[in-house]
Amino acid sequence: MKIYVPRDAAAKALGADAVAAAVLAEAKARGLDVTLVRNGSRGMVWLEPLVEVETDAGRMAFGPVTAADVASLFDAGFGSHPLAQGQTEAIPFMARQTRLTFARCGRIDPLSLAEYEAHGGLKGLRRALGMSSEQIVAEVKDSGLRGRGGAGFPTGIKWDTVARAKADQKYIVCNADEGDSATFADRMLMEGDPFTLIEGMAIAGLGVGATRGYVYIRSEYPDAIEAMEAALDIARAAGVIGANVLGSGRAFDMWVRVGAGAYVCGEETSLLNSLEGKRGVVRAKPPLPALEGFLGKPTVVNNVISLATVPVIFERGAAFYKDFGLGRSRGTIPLQIAGNAKHGGLYETAFGLTLGQIVDDIAGGTASGRPVKAVQVGGPLGAYFPRALFDTPFGYEEFAGKEGLIGHAGLTLFDDTADMLKMARFAMEFCAIESCGKCTPCRIGAVRGVETVDRIAKGDASAIPILTDLCNTMKFGSLCALGGFTPYPVMSALTHFPDDFHAAHLEAAE
Amino acid sequence: MTANAVAQRTDDIVDELATLEGPLLPILHAVQHAFGFVPQEALPRIAEKLNLSRAEVHGVMSFYHDFRTEPAGRHVVKLCRAEACQAQGADALAAHAKARLGVDFHETTASGAVTLEPVFCLGLCACGPAALVDGKVVGRVDAARLDQILSEMGA
Ligand SMILES: Cc1cc2nc3c(=O)[nH]c(=O)nc-3n(C[C@H](O)[C@H](O)[C@H](O)COP(=O)(O)O)c2cc1C
Ligand code: SF4
Ligand code: FES
Ligand code: FES
Repeated sequence: MKIYVPRDAAAKALGADAVAAAVLAEAKARGLDVTLVRNGSRGMVWLEPLVEVETDAGRMAFGPVTAADVASLFDAGFGSHPLAQGQTEAIPFMARQTRLTFARCGRIDPLSLAEYEAHGGLKGLRRALGMSSEQIVAEVKDSGLRGRGGAGFPTGIKWDTVARAKADQKYIVCNADEGDSATFADRMLMEGDPFTLIEGMAIAGLGVGATRGYVYIRSEYPDAIEAMEAALDIARAAGVIGANVLGSGRAFDMWVRVGAGAYVCGEETSLLNSLEGKRGVVRAKPPLPALEGFLGKPTVVNNVISLATVPVIFERGAAFYKDFGLGRSRGTIPLQIAGNAKHGGLYETAFGLTLGQIVDDIAGGTASGRPVKAVQVGGPLGAYFPRALFDTPFGYEEFAGKEGLIGHAGLTLFDDTADMLKMARFAMEFCAIESCGKCTPCRIGAVRGVETVDRIAKGDASAIPILTDLCNTMKFGSLCALGGFTPYPVMSALTHFPDDFHAAHLEAAE
Repeated sequence: MTANAVAQRTDDIVDELATLEGPLLPILHAVQHAFGFVPQEALPRIAEKLNLSRAEVHGVMSFYHDFRTEPAGRHVVKLCRAEACQAQGADALAAHAKARLGVDFHETTASGAVTLEPVFCLGLCACGPAALVDGKVVGRVDAARLDQILSEMGA
């Protein structure tokens, strides 16, 4: 009997290790021959720990399982049981997804290269090995893939710049800093299907002529660091990376580097400084990292999901990938549904669903059962959307058109108990804590921002225009998007939820 | 540990990692791993071997939230303060933790048992409030669960 208990951090945070231990103990006590696989997460976090058992009818799911439930699952022969969810792939949340980047995540043993290959892994890399640098770059351009780290820059164009640069050494740097609240796609991918990222980085190396790569993972992700390190050892031992990639005579090797708790190090130039062992201060652009990046050499900096989507593009073709999506947002996007959501987790789908479909149909509204008041889209630098804007389709341009952004595609649901003035204050406070200090509008402006929101909270309505001015100064006077985009959450809170700012004013004035 | 012993251990760490491209962060992590914090005595050793000024090394260390200049308590509890956890009650949980421990964030209980720290997202945003307890992830932490964790730590 084959039983799956995820090793994903969210599953572990909800007790998966204890469940796994109970499965082994129970099997032993009953003299049953059980193979336990620690898979990645399927992404249905509200059902974690999600235990699966392999049957003739496919994999059957049970969740959320505690260690105390395990004996009864064995008693029921993993059949009829109060926690039974039916066939995993038939659970509506799964069945309605289009899983391209996350096709293998949750299905395979993340550290089995054999299973990886059996599920389509390495096909993309093998194909790329038969292509020229120009052809590889053209394939990525044709796919329409845009950076999933937040800025949405076309990945193929970035690769083209690096490919054309002349240098004795080039680098592929994977941005796995994933600091945005509400986001966990990078983490899930690295823990659940790390070979995909390795394959994507190797293809990038072939495409631009880089032989060395780094994955910069935030220190807040101990499980992802462990999984990536283990996968790299396996990939190197099997000759997937190293001096002779899959026996091609081409070289590409890569290593994990660990961040040290600084949100701004997700910004690509700050990340490069950090990787070089410097303070994670943002660099002015130009020069572009593509021309003068890590140690001054041409460098591709891409997000985990951008790079992990490359293998499926090479496996199934640029045209196949590009066929999904909406407008200039091509392909699929792993939505991360977080906060006060009934069905929180990762949902990969083509661009184009409306925010309302995501919040009401997929997330199922709030976990508290109260009305949804606001949804923050795109992490701490993203805007708060009210229900009035729920018809906005999920796409880069579509969200920009509503004074928002999709960022790394995290969505935080808040119910009607949320205080939007408090959220605006937090946005300023976060910017003040995490500012790299290079420019005044961000470093000083954010501190002033907190004070100004506090004045509004005390009933000083004259501080509202001051907050608006301050946001304008930050928006146009900051070097990077930390200072530049903090006005999005602040101004959207103020614009869409004015009552929370005036109610505070009235209450205090009474 | 004597200043000499710190210097010796630091030298070994630096010698092992100095050939990396951009070795300073890996070295600081390794030093903190070895001592539980980055001792003052380690800085001149790192600076000399990497051909940096002591001020440069200090400047790098102080930029990052992770590096400590003092030892932490016997246990470290990091509570997520970011938005998705706030939407699930993180603020009330933080207030409960501070009241129970009698400390603010970045402080250690008088008994030395627990250091309380804020963290901005652990990637557990669909099962918040989230915490990192001595490096282990914990999700859906409510007051009762936190009390249980802290009691086990003797705090
Ligand atoms: C303050 C700040 C934080 C950022 N954090 C991240 C991050 O955690 N991960 C990421 O991939 N990109 C982050 N970015 C965007 C990067 O600067 C960069 O655009 C991205 O890594 C490029 O990769 P992509 O084109 O594949 O998205 C951040 C940007 C800013 C301004
Ligand atoms: S906006 Fe803030 S974080 Fe960005 S460069 Fe300026 S000071 Fe640094
Ligand atoms: S960019 Fe340097 S002070 Fe504003
Ligand atoms: S916001 Fe708390 S874990 Fe992400």
